[in-house]
Amino acid sequence: MTLDFSVIADNWRFLVVQGLLGIGAFGGGTLALAVPTIVLGFLLGVGVALGRLSSRAWLRRPATLYVELIRGVPLVMVVFWFWFFIPIATGVALPQYWVALVAFVVFEAAYLGEIIRAGIQSVPRGQVEAAEATGLRYWATMRFVILPQAVRNMLPSLVTQFIILVKDTSLASIIGYMDLTKAAQTVNQREIRPFELYLFIAVVYWILTYGMSLGSRALERRMAAGATRRIAEAGS
Amino acid sequence: MPRPFLALAYQFQWSVLWTNPYLGWLLWGLLTTLALTVAAWILATALGAFFGAARTAPSRLLRGAGTVYVEFFRNVPLLVWMFLWYFGVPELLPAAVQDWLNRHHGEFIAAVAALGVYHGARMAEIVRAGIQSVPGTLMEAALSTGLTLVQAYRLVVLPIALRLIVPPITNDSLNLLKNSSLALTISVAETTFMTRQIESYTAKGFEAITAGTLIYLVLCLGVSTILSRVERRVAIPGLIVRGGGAAN
Repeated sequence: MTLDFSVIADNWRFLVVQGLLGIGAFGGGTLALAVPTIVLGFLLGVGVALGRLSSRAWLRRPATLYVELIRGVPLVMVVFWFWFFIPIATGVALPQYWVALVAFVVFEAAYLGEIIRAGIQSVPRGQVEAAEATGLRYWATMRFVILPQAVRNMLPSLVTQFIILVKDTSLASIIGYMDLTKAAQTVNQREIRPFELYLFIAVVYWILTYGMSLGSRALERRMAAGATRRIAEAGS
Repeated sequence: MPRPFLALAYQFQWSVLWTNPYLGWLLWGLLTTLALTVAAWILATALGAFFGAARTAPSRLLRGAGTVYVEFFRNVPLLVWMFLWYFGVPELLPAAVQDWLNRHHGEFIAAVAALGVYHGARMAEIVRAGIQSVPGTLMEAALSTGLTLVQAYRLVVLPIALRLIVPPITNDSLNLLKNSSLALTISVAETTFMTRQIESYTAKGFEAITAGTLIYLVLCLGVSTILSRVERRVAIPGLIVRGGGAAN
C-alpha cells in the first residue's frame, strides 16, 4: 500500500486547530487540558509534599497513603474511577473534560508531590532555621525562602514530569474527549489512513514536548545565571 | 430518615467478581498483563542496552542513531505508538504478513512492539547514564589490554553499568507494567480491558474497577518487593547512580 500524506494537508485544520488548540465545534483540545492540569497538579502537589513532610501524623499518613496508592495504579484506571464513581456519588454525569481534568490532577499530583518533596528536602536545613530566626512564620518561610530555592533544584525533574503529563493527556481520548489523539482517530474513521495520521500527530506531540525540554534547558541556564549574579551582587 | 451517602440507588454486588465467567476473565486479564509486560520488558532492555551503549560510543553515526531513537520515541505518547503499531504499521507490510498477524493475535504483537520500543528509549537513557558513571579509565584500561570496543563494552563497562542502574530500571519496569494497561485501546485482553468488559456485561463498574485496581496494586507491590531484594544483592558498595526517577 502506498502512503499518501495529502490526507494531512486536507485535514490539518481539524487535527491542529480542533485537536490541539480546541478551537472548533467540538471544543476540546490537548492544550486546554494540559495547561490547567499542570497548574492545578502543581498546586495539589505542593500540598501533598508539605503533607508528607509534616510533623503531624494526621497530615503525613493520608498524604503518604495517597502517593503510594496512586503510584501503584495505571492512569487509565484512575480515569475510569472518576468516570464511574462521579455519577454514582453525585447522580450527575460530568462532561468528559471535567472527568479527565480531575483524574489527571489527582494522578499527576502524586508524582509531582514526590518531586517537590525531594526539592524541598534538598534545601539546607540551615535555611529554615535562619528564616525562623528572622521571625518568619511557617507559610512565609515556605513562600519566600524554601520554595524559591526548591523550585530551582527540582526544575529538571519537574519539567520531565510536565512533559509526561502532556503525553498523558492523550488518554482523555479513551473517554471520548476531543484532543489531538481523538481528532486523528476521528479523521481516520473517514479516511482510513492510520499510518499517515498517527505519524503526523506523533510529530505534533514531539514538537510540543521537545519544545518544552528545550525551553526548560534555557530556563535552567537563566536561573543558574540569575542565582550566580545575585550571589555576586550580595558579595560585592 | 438519613439520606444515603451515595445519592443514586446503586446496588453493590461484589459477588460478580467471583462468579463465572467473570472470575476467569479477571485471571485471564492478569495473565495477559504479565505476559505482555515480560515480553515488552525483554524487548525494551535489549533495545535500551544497545542504544544506550550507542549513545556513548566514539562513532558519531552510532551516537546520532542513539539520540534520534531516544528523542523521537520517548517524546510521543505511548497511546499514539499503540495506534501506530497496531493500525499504521501493518498497512506497510505485504498482504501475507497482514493475514498472518490477523490470525496470530496481531494486537498482542503490536502492544509488545509499542511498549518495548517506547520503554526501550527510556531504558536507553538510564543505560547511558549508567555507562557514563563508570570511570572512563576502565574503558581505556580494557582497550589497552587488547579487547575490541564491543568486547570492552560487553565484558567490562556494561557489567558494572548494569549493576549501577538496577534502581532506576526497577522504577521504569514498574512503569512498563502500569503502562501495559494502555493495550486495552487496541483490544488486548489484559487486566484493564477485562475490567471494562465485566463492567459492560454486568453494569457493575465500581466493583470491576476495584478488582482491577487491587490487581495492579498487588502486582506493583510484589514486583517492587522482589526487585528491592535484587537491588540490595547487586549493589556495588560505595557506588550509587541517580536518575530516571520520573514516572510513566
